[in-house]
Amino acid sequence: MVSQTAIRWPPLALMQRGLPVLTVNTVIALGLTAFGDGDFGANLVYSHCIGVSIWLLIQAAQRVLLLRPKQQWRRLYLIIPLCVALGYVAGFYLAARLLNDHTNGIWSEHPRLVLGYLLMSLTAGGALTYYFLSREQLASVNEEMARAAGQMEAAQRHAAESKLVLLQSQLEPHMLFNTLANLRALINTDAGAATAMLDRLNAYLRATLQASRATAHPLQTEFDRLRDYLELITVRMGPRLRYSLDLPKELAQVPMPPLLLQPLVENAIKHGLEPKVEGGSIIVRAHHEAGQLTLEIIDTGVGLPPDGAPVDGFGLTQVRERLAASVGARGTLKLSSGSAPGTQVSVTFPCQS
Amino acid sequence: MNSKVHPSALIAEDEPLLGAALKAELAQVWPELDIISVVGDGASAVTQALQHAPDVLFFDIRMPALSGLEAAAELADRWNTDATRGKPFPALVFVTAYDQYAMAAFEAQAMDYLLKPVQTERLQKTVAKLKRLLANQTQASVNFETTLAQLRGLMTASAPAPAAPLKMIQASVGAAIRMLPIADVVYFEAADKYVRVLSADREYLIRTPLKELLPQLDNTVFWQIHRGTVVNTASIDAVTRDEAGKLSVSLRGRPEKLPVSRLYLHLFKAM
Repeated sequence: MVSQTAIRWPPLALMQRGLPVLTVNTVIALGLTAFGDGDFGANLVYSHCIGVSIWLLIQAAQRVLLLRPKQQWRRLYLIIPLCVALGYVAGFYLAARLLNDHTNGIWSEHPRLVLGYLLMSLTAGGALTYYFLSREQLASVNEEMARAAGQMEAAQRHAAESKLVLLQSQLEPHMLFNTLANLRALINTDAGAATAMLDRLNAYLRATLQASRATAHPLQTEFDRLRDYLELITVRMGPRLRYSLDLPKELAQVPMPPLLLQPLVENAIKHGLEPKVEGGSIIVRAHHEAGQLTLEIIDTGVGLPPDGAPVDGFGLTQVRERLAASVGARGTLKLSSGSAPGTQVSVTFPCQS
Repeated sequence: MNSKVHPSALIAEDEPLLGAALKAELAQVWPELDIISVVGDGASAVTQALQHAPDVLFFDIRMPALSGLEAAAELADRWNTDATRGKPFPALVFVTAYDQYAMAAFEAQAMDYLLKPVQTERLQKTVAKLKRLLANQTQASVNFETTLAQLRGLMTASAPAPAAPLKMIQASVGAAIRMLPIADVVYFEAADKYVRVLSADREYLIRTPLKELLPQLDNTVFWQIHRGTVVNTASIDAVTRDEAGKLSVSLRGRPEKLPVSRLYLHLFKAM
């Protein structure tokens, strides 16, 4: 604790604390001279010797016995009286030696005086220790608060960043501009098809922008948005793409994280079917068994890399993260090379229906 | 252009509507241009271009089989061999929807490109430039050299930023990882989804694509001499030209001869 506070260089810290101690010592010497007897010089020497001895002893004891002040503060009840008594005796003898005083008689001749000084030292030592400790406590509390604020800010920034990256990936410029180019071509040749395509694009963009806000929507909505997307891609790829969406009626209203399947369908298109000259087909289907909902995306594209080389694109990572965030460890995502050439992805999680 | 009155062009675009639209738009902007064919993938683009030797090529960047860039490089390599003998290399125009890196690379190579959706005004500018280029065919060989340099620039620009040079090749052989010092590699060769690593007496397969491997190699030691070949210069014994004018490299320590692509001919000049 002591070593964790803001001041890192021990001699400097010692000096910073020493100053109030010296001040208190001087004030005591002044008080003794004004209200008691003796000359100021002698009182000053006694006061400082006793004060500094006590202070050094308390410092040493704190370092050894008070490593965790929050839990161990009760030890101060022992440390302070003990250090004050020891420091008092040591300081007294040191001062007497410095001034060549005879100390032999004083303990027996003036016991009240000695006791009075001892009590005063106890009060001063206790007060100063309390003052130092509470200052350190305050500094550490401030530091902890600043750290917590920093962590919260970092977490918020991370959340905002991943939201932005998600949005960016869904509004992929390549897809968007190619779609617009197709739209431009259709306007001149087939206005009806252009209008239909524009409506699909509209629905797709709106769903994408909303998906980052909502936490769940029905499977029916998910499949509707996938149809919009696949229709847009069908216009672009022409006869190279065939698709089918298979959602049993009884599962239509089951809730799921919005557009969870979107990046997987996009992967199937981008990495599976687009690189294949003759294109192929994609099937998206849902089924339900023993409280588990399984969503499958099967394509006949170029397939996974050989020998089970790791596949970890942004899309997959993001789907895994979102799945974990919404259903925890009960959700799984599996990638496999299906029986036919191509890729099969299945997402499974418990469902309430 | 030589024998024909009209200039001719080939369009390679994998999205059928966009191919048809570009064809229609070109018919408006440049009525005398003959569109020989619209193809949907990079490999067909190469075959068709070699067969018909058009004056202009409009190549989409993202296409199945071969990308527009790869197709152009392959075409440059095979030009002037059979049917195209004597015809100048076509003027190249790349078309892309959005590709930050490709666009930056085109700018850097001062190469003309069209952004999708292609706007009429922009297309008119490109057409004007192409007409000037075709009218000045005495420059054909200079133009070809320029195109080769541009393609070379584009091919290297698509590779990721260089890292610290690789010291060891780590190849898995069964359950073990074999360590091969980079200096012992005679050459690398792309093979489908793998890269073959050949030393004087052994051969390994690694999964890092050549495109990713290349920036990690010291380019003063390892030279790319073909789309799929990177050779250790210390292992090159001689470079020879055959009767058809093709360059090939013979090696120290290995019997095979490696062909040199036209794109990388500039590396081999006598001192």
